[in-house]
Amino acid sequence: METFLLFLPLVGAIICGFSWRLIGETAACWVATGALFLSCILSWFVFLGFDGETYTRDLFTWIASGTLDTSWSVRIDRLTAIMLIVITTVSALVHLYSFGYMAHDEHFREGESYRPRFFAYLSFFTFAMLSLVTADNLLQLFFGWEGVGVASYLLIGFYFRKPSAGAAAMKAFIVNRVGDFAFLLGIFAIYKLTDSINFSVILAEGPHLAEQTISFMGRELNAANTIGMLLFIGAMGKSAQLFLHTWLPDAMEGPTPVSALIHAATMVTAGVFLVCRMSPIMEYAPYATNFIVIIGAATAFFAATVGLVQNDIKRVIAYSTCSQLGYMFVAAGVGVYSVAMFHLFTHAFFKAMLFLGAGSVIHAMHHEQDMRNYGGLRKKIPFTFAAMMIGTLAITGVGIPLTGWIGFAGFASKDAVIESAFAFGGGLGTYAFWMLVVAACFTSFYSWRLIYLTFYGKPRGDKHAHEHAHESPKTMLIPLAVLALGAVFSGAIWYNQFFGHTDTVGRFFGVPYAVEGHADEAGHGEEAMAADGHGEAATDGHGENAAPADSHATEDSHAAADDGHGEAHYVFTGHAGEGAIHMAPDNHVLNDAHSVPKWVKLAPFVAMIIGFVTATLFYIVRPTLPARTAELFQPAYQFLLNKWYFDEIYNWIFVIPAAWIGRTLWKRGDGNIIDGGINGLAMGIIPFFTRLAGRAQSGYLFHYAFAMVLGIAVLITIATLSFGG
Amino acid sequence: MFASDIAILLPEIVLSVFAMAGLIAAVYTSKDGMAPALVWLTAALLALMGIYIGLTGEGSQVAFDGMFINDGFARFAKVVILLSAAAILLIGKDFMQRDDLLRFEYPMLIVLATVGMMVMVSSGNLMTLYMGLELQSLSLYVVAAMRRDSVRSTEAGLKYFVLGALSSGILLYGASLTYGFAGTADFAGIVAAVEGGASLGLIFGLAFMVAGLAFKVSAAPFHMWTPDVYEGSPTPVTAFFATAPKMAAMGLLARLAHDAFGSVVSDWQQIIALLAVLSMFLGAIAAIGQTDIKRLMAYSSISHMGFALMGLAAGTEQGVSAMLIYMAIYVTMNVGTFAFILSMQKDGRHVTNISSLNAFSTKEPIKAAAILILMFSLAGVPPMVGFFGKYAVLLAAVDAGLNLVAILGVVASVIGAFYYLRIVYFMYFGEEREGIDGKMSPLAYAGLMAAAAIMLLGVFNLFGVDSLAEAAAATLVR
Repeated sequence: METFLLFLPLVGAIICGFSWRLIGETAACWVATGALFLSCILSWFVFLGFDGETYTRDLFTWIASGTLDTSWSVRIDRLTAIMLIVITTVSALVHLYSFGYMAHDEHFREGESYRPRFFAYLSFFTFAMLSLVTADNLLQLFFGWEGVGVASYLLIGFYFRKPSAGAAAMKAFIVNRVGDFAFLLGIFAIYKLTDSINFSVILAEGPHLAEQTISFMGRELNAANTIGMLLFIGAMGKSAQLFLHTWLPDAMEGPTPVSALIHAATMVTAGVFLVCRMSPIMEYAPYATNFIVIIGAATAFFAATVGLVQNDIKRVIAYSTCSQLGYMFVAAGVGVYSVAMFHLFTHAFFKAMLFLGAGSVIHAMHHEQDMRNYGGLRKKIPFTFAAMMIGTLAITGVGIPLTGWIGFAGFASKDAVIESAFAFGGGLGTYAFWMLVVAACFTSFYSWRLIYLTFYGKPRGDKHAHEHAHESPKTMLIPLAVLALGAVFSGAIWYNQFFGHTDTVGRFFGVPYAVEGHADEAGHGEEAMAADGHGEAATDGHGENAAPADSHATEDSHAAADDGHGEAHYVFTGHAGEGAIHMAPDNHVLNDAHSVPKWVKLAPFVAMIIGFVTATLFYIVRPTLPARTAELFQPAYQFLLNKWYFDEIYNWIFVIPAAWIGRTLWKRGDGNIIDGGINGLAMGIIPFFTRLAGRAQSGYLFHYAFAMVLGIAVLITIATLSFGG
Repeated sequence: MFASDIAILLPEIVLSVFAMAGLIAAVYTSKDGMAPALVWLTAALLALMGIYIGLTGEGSQVAFDGMFINDGFARFAKVVILLSAAAILLIGKDFMQRDDLLRFEYPMLIVLATVGMMVMVSSGNLMTLYMGLELQSLSLYVVAAMRRDSVRSTEAGLKYFVLGALSSGILLYGASLTYGFAGTADFAGIVAAVEGGASLGLIFGLAFMVAGLAFKVSAAPFHMWTPDVYEGSPTPVTAFFATAPKMAAMGLLARLAHDAFGSVVSDWQQIIALLAVLSMFLGAIAAIGQTDIKRLMAYSSISHMGFALMGLAAGTEQGVSAMLIYMAIYVTMNVGTFAFILSMQKDGRHVTNISSLNAFSTKEPIKAAAILILMFSLAGVPPMVGFFGKYAVLLAAVDAGLNLVAILGVVASVIGAFYYLRIVYFMYFGEEREGIDGKMSPLAYAGLMAAAAIMLLGVFNLFGVDSLAEAAAATLVR
């Protein structure tokens, strides 16, 4: 089953991409879509039937050379299962959606076939992403990592006649190279130290890596920290974190379904997945995780500020994605990998939906993307409006405060991230907490701004476009409806599994745990199993009302933590490499996150309200206010509008010098020196010798004889000189 | 004892008796009328001897107290010599007939020259060496001047004779020095005398002998006769000069170097390497200025001899094997190329100017393609077989530590590629104008096509020549 769901998209891609001339365009597209839906159904079976025990299916040996032994395999654990349903569900829906969205495209000539190519790329992307998450070794993971990079490149540059699309595709590829370079170094370092790249070996090595050092340029670096940093830099590239984020907004040059699938739901979250997958090493790399928190929080804040002033509807959502990825990294960095995965999971649904909704708007408005030319669209496209509304409620985190879980998907997961950040404590935790809260306020503002500019107010811009605005076809609306379900309920349903008590989370992720105090004895498997059974009995008590009673329960555990005894209070006891994620026994952030003060729990909600009210004030009550504010804070406005001038700075620091070096080597080095040298040699020096040889060939015997005598003299000289030497 | 010696020399004796009988028979009959039939007969006999030698003979046999050695190395060289001589006789037959040059002496002289070459590669004594060399040379002086009514041909014969005499003198001087210092003319004795370091007198002798033989292989700076003689001789004779005698002289040089001076490799390695580098560069650079294809092929052969000498300069078994591979490939390429040059004519007259090849590909696409393959192979462009010959000698040189020589060889081959490719350029991209009419005799056509096919098909395993050459080299270098 696992093998099938992995290779179905590849088969679909091959059939669709190579045989559409035989079976027809539409049939080819349906084959790819059908394969994806089948894969999606299988994925849900795997996810729902998964019991937490990691298992691996070896398919074939890939590379066996010396101690490097790599096979192509499918590793199923909780992380993989989560990613499987996220990827295949969104991908299947995006395939379906593309039937409507890609039906007519002005970027291609009449009668030109582009749809099979598009679907084949999408399916290929899905295959690469699946092989990334099902990898049981770093090489297969890297294969998938690069595979999705290639697919992303192809799809960003899908409108290949557009120069900006080509440039954006290259930018994405090149910026990702920076991260990939570090990622590769990380893989090499792991291989060097553990002599393996298989997860079963390297994940268990985490604690040992922390005691080893890597010698680099005369300095001894802690192995775990170095590897963690390198892997995270790789993740930064793929997940568009601050400093390596510049490609993501430009990637919006691709068709909107691509943005929804690759640049919102799946590929960009591969970095988060990588950090969670490597949690047994990250847990022993405190510097690396601190760095992750700093970068993640900074990204969340930075991207949210930029999102405030962007006018392109897709760019707003792109920056929003960037920002939400920052949230995920903060969660991973503070050590609650389950929460990072939680936010990844819910975000996939509501962000894909926002993108697809935006696509629907763009489709309705004849490929107009500037929000300043929208307005008053809620009557014209009511269904899309409803979908966008749900998406906005989800991303801004609307829910009932203090219940923790009753609310839209984003409410449950985002608040979990923010509480975890606070629970991490110390200066870093406080910094991350406040950055995220402010970012939440901005998130709310720009999300509502998007809604107000698009759907409320008076129609602006091209009259013709507004008059002909029409609701999208069913193939586009059904995916929106399905995703809406996810955006509303996915948070509430799986809240406990991702962010519940230690025992629930532990069972979900297959991580051993034990009652606190027994932790020391529970190192052995049997003990852990016994504790497991014990834990189940304990949860049964809470059984029916576990979720509603959550806040109450956290109070309890809070008390328990204070007293050191009391009712069941669990801690993770697993060794590195056991279960899908690893939280060290001394990692209490998950427990502490349940017992943060009430004001902390309320903070994101309040921030959301502030953002909402401000947006309403700016765009509904006083529509002139935004312009006046921009006027008043002109420098700040320009600073944000130009995305903190990152592109300009990079252009100055990297692009211009690199182009200069390239041009110099080309024109001076290659053109003048090499070509000039060769030409001089070929047209000047060698003909000179040719003439010389021609003149020597005089035809006179005595010249020839003289040459022979000279030759003998030389030979004798050389022979004598070397004699006895 | 004597009978077994005779048995070892059987091919040489058969050929000599055949040549003498042919001369006598022709004198007493209608003279030249039987020449075409004699050519066929001679070619058949040479080929037969080549096959006989190739299939029989095991191990190393020594005749006449070490004067004559029949080992794997000699057999390999003899097969190449005999087969190429037979092929040249056949492809040149129609040319000679048309120009009224086909006298009965011609095949007989070729046979005698071939016997001389066979003695050369089998020599185990300085006297055998000289006897074989002179038998070959004297025959060749005569055939170079075959066209008696042509000033150029007689000039070529005379030049070749005078310079050849000089080189013979040099060689003899070296041989006498060697004899004087070693006290014996036997290679086996010489190698014993130089064991543990040669005396200065022996080194002088060696240098003189190498110089004399370098003349025969036309290595720079003893090459000066080559372009003039190639140009002046009748083309079939030129073709012969370019093939069998080169193999023979190369074989003799290898035999002298390894059999007589094998224990002092470092003493002759430098000299041979110098000759190799000079030949490669001179051949490559001087050929650029040539417009006559026969002169061009003369320089081309000088350059190729340089590469073969590079294999020899390695001074190892691998080097000798590479040299043999290189020579076998070189001879094959030249047979094919000359088969074409022989038939270059316009309105019944021979032309040798390379600009007459202009736009040849539009007239004769198949022949042009065959020439293209041969030219690429001569230039050493993979995947043609010529590349593998160059690769073998370069590898041998690098393995022997002659990195500089190998690098210079690569540079020279790049320069040399120019004029081969220029021929291709003329054929495919040259301006359309009055060119050769492209008629070819069936024999020449067969030679051209066979050579081109070998250059292409040999890529797979070189027809096993490399393993044969290795086995042959193993018997020489011990």
